[in-house]
Amino acid sequence: MGKMNNNLVRIEEGVSFIPGASAIVAPLNKLINWGRAGSIWPATFGLACCAIEMMAAGAATNDLDRFGIIFRASPRQADCLILAGTITKKMAPVVRRVFDQMPEPRYVIAMGSCACTGGLFDTYAVVQGADEFLPVDVYIPGCPPRPEALLEGLMKLQEKIMQEQGRWSQFV
Amino acid sequence: MTTEAATLDLPVAQGDEDRYRLRLGPQHPATHGVLRVDLELDGETILDCVPQVGYLHRGFEKLAEHRTYAQNLVLTDRLDYIAAMANNVGYCEAVEKLLAIEVPERAQFLRVMVCEMSRISSHLLWLATHALDIGAMTVFLYCFREREVLLELFAELCGARLTTTYTRLGGVRQDVSHAIMMKLERFVDAFPACIEEYETLIDTNRIWLKRTIGVGRVSAEKAVDLCLTGASLRGSGVDYDIRKHRPYAAYDQMEFEIPLGETGDTYARYRCRMEELRQSNYILKQCIEKLPPGPILGSDAPDLVMPAKPGRKVEVETPARSDLIKLIEDRDVYMEGDVYVATEVPKGELGFYFISDSMGRPYRMHIRSPSFLHIGALASLGRGVMIADLIAIIGTLDVVLGECDR
Amino acid sequence: MEPIRIAEEIEKKFPCSVLGICEHKGQVSVVVDRSDIVAMCQFLKSGHKMNHLNCLCGVDNLTRKGKYIERFEVIYQLYSIENHISLRLKAQIRDSAHPIIDSITSLWTGADWLERETYDLVGIMFNNHPNLKRILTPEDWQGHPLRKDYVLRGDTEWQGLEELKEKSRKLRRFDFHSAHVKQGAASDDD
Repeated sequence: MGKMNNNLVRIEEGVSFIPGASAIVAPLNKLINWGRAGSIWPATFGLACCAIEMMAAGAATNDLDRFGIIFRASPRQADCLILAGTITKKMAPVVRRVFDQMPEPRYVIAMGSCACTGGLFDTYAVVQGADEFLPVDVYIPGCPPRPEALLEGLMKLQEKIMQEQGRWSQFV
Repeated sequence: MTTEAATLDLPVAQGDEDRYRLRLGPQHPATHGVLRVDLELDGETILDCVPQVGYLHRGFEKLAEHRTYAQNLVLTDRLDYIAAMANNVGYCEAVEKLLAIEVPERAQFLRVMVCEMSRISSHLLWLATHALDIGAMTVFLYCFREREVLLELFAELCGARLTTTYTRLGGVRQDVSHAIMMKLERFVDAFPACIEEYETLIDTNRIWLKRTIGVGRVSAEKAVDLCLTGASLRGSGVDYDIRKHRPYAAYDQMEFEIPLGETGDTYARYRCRMEELRQSNYILKQCIEKLPPGPILGSDAPDLVMPAKPGRKVEVETPARSDLIKLIEDRDVYMEGDVYVATEVPKGELGFYFISDSMGRPYRMHIRSPSFLHIGALASLGRGVMIADLIAIIGTLDVVLGECDR
Repeated sequence: MEPIRIAEEIEKKFPCSVLGICEHKGQVSVVVDRSDIVAMCQFLKSGHKMNHLNCLCGVDNLTRKGKYIERFEVIYQLYSIENHISLRLKAQIRDSAHPIIDSITSLWTGADWLERETYDLVGIMFNNHPNLKRILTPEDWQGHPLRKDYVLRGDTEWQGLEELKEKSRKLRRFDFHSAHVKQGAASDDD
């Protein structure tokens, strides 16, 4: 055991590689977070204008696939909800239902001014910010944000995931 | 089954236990936004189809009553967010008619130019998503390639890709630079080849043909009865295009044809829109050639655009005596009157109906949006077809929910 | 035929219900009483080939004064695709407590949703409408937003949103992180 320790190749803080054994020694937290951050699967859920920019982000020019971000048509297979657009009061219960259908771990990105704060629609029909009824992880301002802004938001989410502690067991 | 249907507040059929009720949407990748369709099925055949809208109702018309004419321009971007430029032009044409504002010729040409650019980008998005729904993924990637070029041109022209707010009452915001014109010219030269490329992808594709020919057939009378407009109407052979019927901006100086379909099915509408892409490209070409020099904003318009002095505040809360109202006092906004002005946006006929009174802001603004009526037509088009065809029909009607629900 | 001639023809044909003809910016509108609206539309549609219904909307004239103007108004914008002419009918509804007018869904199927929208936002009822329900706002919405006495942000919150907020507050306890933290603290907050 002691001999083995001497041969460990340190990759980064807490993560080591055992030469000849093709094995990595690391805290489970780090491994799971690394896996999660590299495979964010958002649900395809376009609400309004921002959805078009979300589509543009997914298309060839910006290419979300290279970050491991693949849109899933079913909330059951997704772990990230991108709220792309205005959330009206009529739509809000549906948004919540989609969120409730997603399995843990799940994250919410509020994309665009409307989802963040209601934007310019301070009217009777619009919810003034998604955080009134959902736990939002990342806010992306803009009306609509450019695809690059969405990319940055997703990377911020990756950073956030990487810092999580024990979001994989109730007993930690 | 009865109780379950009741909790989903779906209509419960009386006595027929074989029927199956399905709620499609509002979160569904093929409904193009937050459209919900309540279906009653026998196997896979749709017996009853009830579209439900309002999931994106943001209260535009109410909001517009609380803002001045110049401020409302921003709202129109968010109507049909796929072709915001065309909405801007439509709104400005209507207000200019109401307030009798002259638009210089160069601005009119620029308006035609951006309108057609947005028509191309809108049709590209329609083709991309329509093909994606039917199962052709590749078309999506190809269409977005060209669309991205246009969006970047918009960004260069006015700073935003989607929500452009490019026009102003009495003209446009910014003149085109030489670089933009060069890029546009390159695009116009290359685009016909791109259209052919899309056609090679799907025109001979057996699945595409089977999924579109004969699907969602609408006769000419029926299309008029359903108040369809745009390519959805012209696919049935009705010659109604506002660019020709009541030319606005500089459309009377442009040479173009209105492609008409005959059969009125999904394939005919697809052909119409593909031809429209070619015609739009041709119009763009003429715009580049004919673009006259001159001012881009009318000499009597700037007071409506922005207060001249930078430090000056515009009071919004006190309508009757605010600075902005004073500025437009000479105009006949004080006159009791109403106008209805329609323009041809990519989706169809976008009309603005204004009633003005003495407040300097619309007393009532009604937006006649093509998508609203197109989705209304879905109830009769969707009856008796298969679910998969319903998806094709939603695609072919080319709806955008932001405009539908307002 | 000029739109103004058609307007005069309508006046001749329906002398009792035409209140006046006005022209503004070259657009002709006929102000009429609500009673004969279906017959008038039918006359225009079959007699003058005005087969395209551009627009149908309701107006609340609470704060607007003018000749012929009643509390509620329904605007019909008609267009003839063949003859390229348009005409506007403005039907006045005097009864401000229960505004009601005949439906034109028998002439245009497309008018169905436009009338539903008018009912939803302005609160004008339509006789003989096949399915007069709210369309843009939720079905249990209170009030009609486009009425002038309805404030922009709404007087009362929609019940559905209140319930949703309550639900989300309750579900927060089952959120992974808070459930995790609570276990350590071993307490419920209610």
